[in-house]
Amino acid sequence: MSNINLDQIDNMQFDVLKEIGNIGAGNATTALSTMINGKVDMCVPKVALLELKDLPDVVGGAENIVVGILITLDGEINGMMMFMMELKSAHHLVNLLMGKSMEEEAFTEMEYSALKEIGNIIAGAYLSSLSTLINIRIGASVPYMSIDMAGAILSVPAIEFGKVGDKALIIETQFSKDDSDVNGYFILIPTLESYNVILTSLGL
Amino acid sequence: MSVMIKVGMADLNVCTAPDVLTTLGLGSCVGIVLYDSRSKTAGLVHIMLPDSTKIRNNENTAKFADTGIDALILRLTAIGANRNRLLAKIAGGAQMFAFNANSDMLRIGERNTQASKLKLQSLGIRIVAEDTGLDYGRTIEFYPGTGQLYIKSVGRPLKIL
Repeated sequence: MSNINLDQIDNMQFDVLKEIGNIGAGNATTALSTMINGKVDMCVPKVALLELKDLPDVVGGAENIVVGILITLDGEINGMMMFMMELKSAHHLVNLLMGKSMEEEAFTEMEYSALKEIGNIIAGAYLSSLSTLINIRIGASVPYMSIDMAGAILSVPAIEFGKVGDKALIIETQFSKDDSDVNGYFILIPTLESYNVILTSLGL
Repeated sequence: MSVMIKVGMADLNVCTAPDVLTTLGLGSCVGIVLYDSRSKTAGLVHIMLPDSTKIRNNENTAKFADTGIDALILRLTAIGANRNRLLAKIAGGAQMFAFNANSDMLRIGERNTQASKLKLQSLGIRIVAEDTGLDYGRTIEFYPGTGQLYIKSVGRPLKIL
């Protein structure tokens, strides 16, 4: 059984986690790209050990208004998967899908559930590729969505992590559409035990 | 010049007027302000969890409602606040996602709020204003000079308590 110690993660473990982010986000980005029929780029994933108080800053500051879609994981892998987009991007995405012109009003109920479904599909693509890779079933909840300040939304995973420590290890991947009007983040936040399960299943 | 002092998650700080205390994007966490209007001192703690006794890893006192408030009072009296004059204002404790009923993440905001109130009550500190619950985030600023708590939320008018 591999044992991950948050304060001394070796390079090998970092690389493996990065690759997990790469594969997961790669599939998710492909799903998104198919959905909107356009090119979507992704950045090299970041694996970061963060103080809980710094968590909101990963998506551009605590007061940044974002659309957050959260899926909780259960089974052998526990934790959370978040898909976050800036509000402007979410409007663009909905408009692309529903063939509307650009407007930045509040979302209609229809647009709201469309957005939730987008989150569900791409987070699902991320998780299923991860599940195939490590050959472990990952149970995912229905998607929950909230539009609010990044700090407020990220307080939810932060509290879960707060129960076991003061730091959170996250795998974050940023994506953007070629003309950069749609961009956002995939954030995978497994619990500490789940990191062990992941690394062990990959033979580390 | 007044300084805006930022308090992060599971963190606390104190100040004296004209300085201002702030915490950005409170979600299910609760921000507890204690202040002494005569000495114009104030403290803010941003707690994440209700009860330190239920958690193994509990060295960070500012993370919990029970120990966070105790720690804040110690810091406040150290900068000249009178323990018996302290009043409280609290904000936060929202439920950010509409979780299923069987989720243990359900009601964490509400539990944080309740635990904060219970702790304040047991210490005999009166809560003079609160803006808690519901489903949206809050950014708060506290001005020790006037005792005013500013609450900003997305798409809502500024609230002054």
